[in-house]
Amino acid sequence: MAANKMMEKQLSTNIKPPRIFKMSLWRKLMTAFASAAVFASFAFLAIMFLSIIGDVFIHAWPALNVKLLTEITNGIGGGLKNAIEGSIVISFGSILLAAPIGISAGIYLSEHGQGMAGKTLRFLSDVLVGVPSIVLGYVGYITMVIYLGWQFSVAAGIITLTIMLLPYIARSTELAVSNIPLAVREAGYGLGAGEGRIVFKILLPGAAPAIMTGLFYAVALSMGETAPLLYTAGWSNYMWSGNLTKEPIGYLTYVIWTFINEPFAESHMLAFAAAFLITSGVLLLILLGRWYMVRAQKRMGSYR
Amino acid sequence: MKFPVFRISLIATASMLPISLILLIIFLVIYSWPAIEYNQFHFLWTNDWNLGNLYGNPVEVDGHQVMPGAKYGIWFLVVGTLASSVLAMLMAMPIAIGAAYFLSEGIRKSWSGPLSLFVDLLAAVPSVVYGLWGYALLVPLFGKTIFPFLANTFSFIPFINGSPGSGYGLLTSAFVLAVMIIPLISATLRESIQMIEPALKEAGLSLGLNRLEVFWHIILPKLKKVLIGVGILALGRALGETMAVLMVSGNALNYLPGNIYAPISTMAAFIASQLDSALQDPTNMAVEALSEIALVLLLITVLVNISARFILWMEKVR
Repeated sequence: MAANKMMEKQLSTNIKPPRIFKMSLWRKLMTAFASAAVFASFAFLAIMFLSIIGDVFIHAWPALNVKLLTEITNGIGGGLKNAIEGSIVISFGSILLAAPIGISAGIYLSEHGQGMAGKTLRFLSDVLVGVPSIVLGYVGYITMVIYLGWQFSVAAGIITLTIMLLPYIARSTELAVSNIPLAVREAGYGLGAGEGRIVFKILLPGAAPAIMTGLFYAVALSMGETAPLLYTAGWSNYMWSGNLTKEPIGYLTYVIWTFINEPFAESHMLAFAAAFLITSGVLLLILLGRWYMVRAQKRMGSYR
Repeated sequence: MKFPVFRISLIATASMLPISLILLIIFLVIYSWPAIEYNQFHFLWTNDWNLGNLYGNPVEVDGHQVMPGAKYGIWFLVVGTLASSVLAMLMAMPIAIGAAYFLSEGIRKSWSGPLSLFVDLLAAVPSVVYGLWGYALLVPLFGKTIFPFLANTFSFIPFINGSPGSGYGLLTSAFVLAVMIIPLISATLRESIQMIEPALKEAGLSLGLNRLEVFWHIILPKLKKVLIGVGILALGRALGETMAVLMVSGNALNYLPGNIYAPISTMAAFIASQLDSALQDPTNMAVEALSEIALVLLLITVLVNISARFILWMEKVR
């Protein structure tokens, strides 16, 4: 190996360098300018990210104490116990509802999505991703809160978020399942397995890490949402007593946008503390999902 | 033949996605129908949102119970929504292209992974946190230093001159929106840059172009349609953004922005901020008019998304 490299080095030094074309000054200038612009655009993103994280962290730092976890909110301050509980209830409720539907929709798209029906379905789910979350919230309001009479409630919030999460989960599942090579499926069919057995014993275990990463991402997404919850889940200063309907629930993102509008320093600190909790939760979930996928691929090997 | 239970249940669950999209539109149309009848088409291009005298007795106009003097026109919302989103897209596009080049070609492969993760994390920050950041950091900074400076320096350009305002407004909203959509654009671009066949790049390099020139003269023209598609997709995202805009836009009412610093409001932000006051209307017409705004917003974003997806599909980009 080493001898080979030495040889190569010798050979390359013996070859005369080719005559270099003279670059015009204009071209040099433009290249330099473009490199600077390209670097600057990345630097811009980096600065924005750091300034968001830094801004939230610096303002939240004085407010981070045990009181956040042990007290409920009152009009201008207090803790965030009820909001933390509510955020967890809402995002896990919606993922419990959305995951089975989304995963089976994703399997359908990947296994039978070649025809016209599958293509239409895929197209419409892509369009559903683009529906503004406030519109989903408003439809949740007029259907569940008003028409069904559930009032501001956990169930209305969860169902609204579920509809928002479905297309994300479906598309990430589709991608994960379609990465499994055809030969693996054929091996299953060759042994006489039915379609259900293929899905449950071969496709889902094989695609599990990627599907899980998609689910992590969906939980992160649902935790960070505000607009669809404003008029479906409402807001409550108290702990959730377990009723699915007719009882509003608190959540962290609501604290951010209402408490920052209060004129009191204590409320502002609470808003930043909530922002810190929600941002670190979301980013941690996404990093956790990535890490899980990398680890699973290292351990079991991936089909790709 | 055996009845394919499993297949049928797959189809049933999968069809919930398109059904929910169609139900969204149907519910909105049904609920806002009285408002559509009452407002007719000038709803879109008249400029007076007025709930009327909420303490008066409802009067009957054209067969609809409304409060006296109630008028609904959302031209200022249409202008605010389109102006902020388009401005955001114009600001985001060059930066996203630059960042995509930097991450996919400009640095070593071993660095591009972690640095792209950085950009992906930026896309995951909740929108209300963007709003908080805009409210606490950008608005004071822009209002006190940057906007007065811009307005003074470029006082000869229309729309950039004039009163620099308080920091809440069109340019601040567009800036926040731009920071939100850059990661989306640059992620898709990065993927499609990697999908371009290496032979094309090599051909360019062998002609003596450097890597930036290859990117500018060969890769970008090849990605023209992808660029358009992704741009429209990001526009759709910006059109529907609620919380971040709500916190930095200044929430103007019946006011058309005279320059880029003026306060605006967008349809999404308006729906979120006005429902409480609309609920004061005993005839329910205000809530129905809000739902008409939601319908208009939904139709616009659906149209925008359909056109973007069509372009991207033709280019085989996910």
